[in-house]
Amino acid sequence: METVINLSHVVAVLGGFPALAGIDFSVQRGEIVLLQGPNGAGKTSLLRVCAGLLPIERGSGTVLGIDIATQREDIRSRVGFLGHANGLYLDLTVRQNVNFWAATVGADDAEIASAMSRMKVDGRLADVKASQLSAGQRRRTALASLIVRRAEIWLLDEPHAGLDAAGRDEIDGILRDAVASGATVVLASHESERASGLANRIVTVDGGGAR
Amino acid sequence: MNITAHTRQSTGTPATRRLGVIAVALLVTLAFFGLWFSPEDINQGSTVRIMYVHVPTIWVAYMAFVLTAVCSAVYVSGRDRSLAWDRVAGASAEIGVLFVAFSLVTGSLWGRITWGTYWVWDARLTSTAFLFITYIGYLAVRRLGGTMRQRARRSAVLALLAVLEIPLVHFSVRLWRSLHQEASVATGGTDVELDGLMLFSLFLGLVAFTVTFVWLLLHRQRMLWLEDAMSAQGLDAAIEARRQEAVR
Amino acid sequence: MAVSSRRSVATAVARKDLLVEWNSKILMNQVAPFAAIVMVMFAFALDNDGILQRVAPGLVWLATLFSMLVVVQRSFAVETADGALDALRVAGVDPAAIFAGKAVALMVQLLALEAMLVATAVVLYGVEMSLVGLGQVVVTMVAATVGLGAVGTLYGGLAAGVKGRETLLPLLLLPVVAPVLIGATRATEAGFGSGGTDVSEGWPWIILLVVFAVIFSAVGSVAFGPLVDE
Repeated sequence: METVINLSHVVAVLGGFPALAGIDFSVQRGEIVLLQGPNGAGKTSLLRVCAGLLPIERGSGTVLGIDIATQREDIRSRVGFLGHANGLYLDLTVRQNVNFWAATVGADDAEIASAMSRMKVDGRLADVKASQLSAGQRRRTALASLIVRRAEIWLLDEPHAGLDAAGRDEIDGILRDAVASGATVVLASHESERASGLANRIVTVDGGGAR
Repeated sequence: MNITAHTRQSTGTPATRRLGVIAVALLVTLAFFGLWFSPEDINQGSTVRIMYVHVPTIWVAYMAFVLTAVCSAVYVSGRDRSLAWDRVAGASAEIGVLFVAFSLVTGSLWGRITWGTYWVWDARLTSTAFLFITYIGYLAVRRLGGTMRQRARRSAVLALLAVLEIPLVHFSVRLWRSLHQEASVATGGTDVELDGLMLFSLFLGLVAFTVTFVWLLLHRQRMLWLEDAMSAQGLDAAIEARRQEAVR
Repeated sequence: MAVSSRRSVATAVARKDLLVEWNSKILMNQVAPFAAIVMVMFAFALDNDGILQRVAPGLVWLATLFSMLVVVQRSFAVETADGALDALRVAGVDPAAIFAGKAVALMVQLLALEAMLVATAVVLYGVEMSLVGLGQVVVTMVAATVGLGAVGTLYGGLAAGVKGRETLLPLLLLPVVAPVLIGATRATEAGFGSGGTDVSEGWPWIILLVVFAVIFSAVGSVAFGPLVDE
């Protein structure tokens, strides 16, 4: 099995503070890995490092064979990341947001329509401005934008947050489908019950390290 | 990065101490020549002596900014360059800004004494003022925080942009002032008739301030190295503390 | 994974920025009135019709530059409000395309602002132009604005996001746009005929503006990525 993420003794710093303090972490293709741990443990930073967003101070690692110390910009186009923020333009409607993201990756109308309908943000909601949506609705819009990207690795930070039961089921379904088509998923979640049903491996992140 | 080997009281070494002595000697010699040996100017009398400080400092400032640009170019040209290039670039810019400020102040005083005005909107003076502000901006960006590599990359790109922008500004300002047919009366230095001794003193000034610049640069970039080393050590301690959070 | 061509991404980014402005109408409702008020305040401060008419070109471009600071801040506030620029970066979208798209959108907004300011100068300061002069003013606006759009996007990106950075924008940007201020003002003087300047004197300045625009558009697309990156 192919190793898609491999981090070794990685230290990542946020404003002088070592969010990751020498972490070792690896993921095989096709896995769904759940990151658990208390707030402030470093789960978000770990995801950002894997996305090529956060530079590393020490240690080494590769994501999809790309060196995260020197070439992290190249990782990004192959990876889908959903952080705490939704990445939405608050003055644009749901439809305009998803259309924009689809345009940046060259997705076509059918894909957009399908993603939006899966996340239940089509129909009435489609023409509502993002600033007027509830937290859960914004999350779903962001996920719709993520779906159209068809990334090789999905990195999700609390994807279930703010969603109702139906929404959470829908996400789980999407993630399983993505893995079935060859993607790999790493998600951080406080929803240990639900997420452990979804995941095939659980990693506990604590004090900037992993167990 | 291990700074325990460098726990002295200062950033000096035998080499820099020797250099410092030479710098002081040169500056003292310059003072003699500038204030005493060299003759007065036909038109300006004794006030021309400010020139021996005003002109060399601006030349050295230009050199400093060129050094910043070169080090920045080297830093971005490779994937994994040493941060020393960034530190020298930063230290050089800091000292350059100091020298420009000094040159602007002495030039202003000179203008005031000789021609009655603190400031004249001629091309060179205006461009120099812009140079000053541009590098103040550069120094501000250096302080934005983040990791050392982030700081280095950002600053390097900015320094290279400055290399682009400064000739543009200078050229525009030249074009602009040429419209007004300014007499080069108050341009500070260009129309002073320089005899042999004055020329020599000017050259001496250049040498003296260049040596001073190098001395300052060596100390300052060592300071920056120490600062970086300290934050790295601070990081080691922070990493340990962070790991302790996990051990239960 | 689907990847778009750089041109279509840039177009998408430009459309998105203009769509945000269309939906929020910030430029129309807030920045344009601000610029107009600045022009009025110049009149209060200078208090002399003859002088106002003479310096009208300078005032137009000063008002443009001050308003530009606000527009650039807004352009990037939109990106950082919900982490959208982060998301764009992590999506691996080509930074040069983001730069091009945002710069074009900025140019469009600035052009609209400048048109309004020129009209205001005609109305408030008693400026009178020949047809040729007007044509020259339009060319000046376009040439200057391409440069301003490029430089504004570049330094705006650097100054975006992290607290304490926004105040950096004027310090970084204003020295850089000095050539544009000088060139655009002189060219506009020729276009307006201020102080008896002839139209023919404006063209060399327009060339300066074009040179500036070309240099910073080219350099900006390369420098934007490193400056915006964390």
